[in-house]
Formats: sequence, structure tokens, C-alpha cells
Amino acid sequence: MDLFFQLPLLLQLLIKALLVVAVLMGGCMYSVLAERKVSAWIQGRTGPNRTAIPWIAAIPLIGRFLQRLGIFQPLADGGKFLFKEEPIPGHVNWFYFNLAPVLALVPALTTVTVVPFGEYIDSAGQRVPLILANLDLGILFIFAISSIGVYSTILAGWSSNSRYPFLGGVRASAQLISYEIAMGLSVLPLFLIVNGPGGEGSLSLIRVVHWQAESCWFLFIAPVSAFVFLISLFAETNRHPFDMPEGESELVGGFHTEYGAFKFGLFFTAEYAHMIVGSAVFALLFLGGWQPCPGISWDKLALWTSLPLNAGLLGAMLAVATFLVKIVFFVVVFIWVRWTLPRFRYDQVMRIGWRVLLPLSLANLIAYAIGIAVFLQ
Amino acid sequence: MSAFLFYLFATLTLGSALLVVLNRNAVSAAMSLFLAFIGMAGLFVLLEAYFLALLQVMVYAGAVVVIFVFIVMLLDVDKLPRQRLDKLSKVAATLAFALMVTGVFWLFNKEQFTAPALPAEATGAVLKTYGRQLFTTYLLPMQVTGFLLLSAMIGVIVISKKSALAATEETQ
Repeated sequence: MDLFFQLPLLLQLLIKALLVVAVLMGGCMYSVLAERKVSAWIQGRTGPNRTAIPWIAAIPLIGRFLQRLGIFQPLADGGKFLFKEEPIPGHVNWFYFNLAPVLALVPALTTVTVVPFGEYIDSAGQRVPLILANLDLGILFIFAISSIGVYSTILAGWSSNSRYPFLGGVRASAQLISYEIAMGLSVLPLFLIVNGPGGEGSLSLIRVVHWQAESCWFLFIAPVSAFVFLISLFAETNRHPFDMPEGESELVGGFHTEYGAFKFGLFFTAEYAHMIVGSAVFALLFLGGWQPCPGISWDKLALWTSLPLNAGLLGAMLAVATFLVKIVFFVVVFIWVRWTLPRFRYDQVMRIGWRVLLPLSLANLIAYAIGIAVFLQ
Repeated sequence: MSAFLFYLFATLTLGSALLVVLNRNAVSAAMSLFLAFIGMAGLFVLLEAYFLALLQVMVYAGAVVVIFVFIVMLLDVDKLPRQRLDKLSKVAATLAFALMVTGVFWLFNKEQFTAPALPAEATGAVLKTYGRQLFTTYLLPMQVTGFLLLSAMIGVIVISKKSALAATEETQ
């Protein structure tokens, strides 16, 4: 690890960036597999279990087991998306039609730069956050960039120049804007508490995690915020039961009806990338980030067991592993909800957004503001 | 480096602002506006006003232009007809432009271009300073702006309710 810090800065950054992108993209590939496997499990099917890489699948026991799990399926899927013929319908607006899939992936890859994955305590006792860009305005950055994500859906729907994608695009723009407001308001109580009276004011995600390490997870301190944030997260990632823009029983494929091959693959990857980043943000804000248990941080554990659980390479790895486990858990929750609940009607989506979540998050914010003014003064 | 970035973002802002005016495809014009806002956010970052940069992206690029695109899509105004300007408009436009150019030149040729000195900021205190300034020094402008937005909101509600009421009366 010390060797790593001696490398030139640019090389360090490049390695870190590649590592994060590799983890995110790998996560996307295997989330798709998880979606297929979990949906199969819920519906009493087997799911993908045939794809095999010749030599590896021939290994006795393990190879067979991996094949049954469908471990090799994402490679086959990726290959298919890459090598399929790419049809571009004649009636589309060529420029925006090609721009939309790229725009879908940009916000997910940009927001992941301010997500801290853990921290490394070096031999001098300095805490080095494992993060690409340590912004003081972390959460605001995430909201700002993810609010751009809606363009991909709108432009895809509009440029396809056909009815169903267009309806999908119109729905997306209304839905995403509505839930953004509730989402932004729902996290404000957290930052009011973290920056309590006398604090110096920071929107950093690392600060939130440190605060939770010292006291308790925000899931227990601000349950209403967590509730509103989670529902808005489902709506913002276009996941069931809020997948209005692509509701296949009403809109064929919604905004990506006219897309095929690699461009469809980009939309698909973007959806899962958004899910992963969303889960990461939820874990950071409400589940104590890389801390193992509510109220118990790695620092306290290390103190009690007198093992070096928080320092050095071991500590960093434990922290990152804890954080990744939380992300995986939430991705599975996303999938679980999708295969359990039916889709909302469009008017219901709007009503929930504006008449339930928005007043709820506003009332929540006011209540916490008063509470902080009275009790934490 | 920072000079290069300044010219890059300034060109982006001005170029796409020009495209907003010249583009005859309404969606393209709206997307150019989006690019112009992104360029402005870049300029804010170069001025180390990170908070403003993010607000610029979040509010203007992320919400206002989305509404524009939404409306443009709903109204289905793909290609706008080329509009001939009448003589009066041409004269007025030229005059206004000349006035603005002189104004800008006058402003920058003044010997001292004085801006109020900003308080030295500790790291992480940007937000706090911003909030304090907003609620002390700039309280009146903020209240006025808030009142303006409130009246606009009420106006929207009145207009939309009126047409909804008319529609129900027609059906009855």
C-alpha cells in the first residue's frame, strides 16, 4: 500500500479510476445475472444454467457448479450485445438517437467518483478515504449529476420519432422531476443533524459516515427520511414499481423500443449502474457506509478486541467488503421488489410523488429542524 | 491550464448560447441551452464557486431545460418557420446590442472594478458563508425573488385551474 502512494499521482488516479469502473461494470454484469436468477427463483424456474467456457466448465465439481449458477452467462450476453447487427430505423433523428444511450451511462459513471468505498488508516494514523474525488459537496454533486440523467430517456423517446417511445419519454421527464424534489428534501434532516449547531457546514458523504460511526445509523434516527429516499430511489432509477417510461405491457418497450444491440445494451447497463450507485448512496446515508453494525464502528471493534481491525490494509479491505455487501444486499432488494409488486398506474405514480412523498418529506424536514433547534442547542 | 480551461468553457457557453438563438429545431435549441448552462457551471468551478456550479447544473441544466424540452415535445414544434424581422425590430435590436456593447466596454475600462472583499473562508465553510450572506447581507433581494417566484406559482395554479374548470363546465 505504501508502494502505491509512491507512484506518480497521475498513475495513482488512473489505477483508482480503472478499479472503480471495473467494479461498477462488473457489478452491472452480475446484477443482470442476479436479476435473472432471482426472478427465476421467485417464479420457480432455474434461470440461465447452460453457458459454459469449455476448459473451466470441464473442471470436475466446481466447473459444473459454476455453470449451474450461470457465472459465465454475462460474458455471453456481453458478446451478444457487442456483435449483433445494429439496426438504426430510418425515421429517427440520427444525432440524438445515438447520443441518448451514451447520455444514459454518463451520470452513473460520473456520480460514482464521489462515492467513498471505505477508508485506509496509514501507519501515521491518517485517515485516507478510498474515493476518486473527495468533494466537500458530495451529496449535492450526486443530485446535480443524476438530475441530468433524465435527458437520455427524453431524447431517446423523442428522437425515436414513434408513438410508444415518445410516451415513455414524456412520462420519464414528468416522473423523474417529481421524485427528485422529494428525494432532495428527504436527506436534508440528515445534514441538519450532521452539521448541528456550531458545526462548520459540510455536505460530504464521508462526514455522514463518520457521524454515524460515532452514534447510530440514520436508518434508526431518521426512518421517515430513509423511507422517502428509498421510494424516490426506486422512481429515479426507473425500477419497478415505478418503471413508467418502459412499462412493457402498455408501451411495448417504452423509450428504448427502437433500440437494438449495443445501444440497448448501454441503456440496460446504465439502469443497473444507477441501481448500484443508488444503493451505495443509500448505504452511505442511512446504513453507516462501511461500518459493520448500528452503533458499532470498526474503531470500537478494534478497541474491544484489540485486533487491528481498522488499521492498515486489513482495515481497508474489511471496510470495502462491508460496504460492498451492503450494496449487494440493496441490489437484491431492488430485484426482489421488481418481481413481487405490480406496477403502479401512471396517475398513481404522480399522486404518490406530489401528494404523499412531497408533503411527507417537507413535514419530516420541519419536524427535524424544530427538534434540532430545541434539543441540540 | 486555467486560462485554457477558461477559454474552453467561455467558448462552449457563448457558442451554444448562439446556437440557442440560431437553431430552428426547437429541441436542438433547448439542448444548446443545456450545454450553455454546463459551460457556465464550468466557469463557476474555475472561479472556485463550487456550490454555485452545482446549483447551476441542478436547477438550470437538470430541471429548467428539462421542462423546456418537455413542453417543446408536447407542443410538437419541430421546425420553426423562418421569421422575417420587420424594420422596427431590426433597428431596435441593433440599438440594444450597441448599447450593451458600450455598457460592457465602459464597465471594464473603468479604472477600479471594485467588488466587495469576500471573507477569508476556512475549508468546508463555503456553504455556511453562503447561507449567512444570503440571510444577512442579501436578505432583501432573496425575499423579493422568493415573492416573485411565489406569485408566478400562484399564477400558474390560477391559470391551470381556470382551464380545468372551463373543461368540466363544458362537459356538464
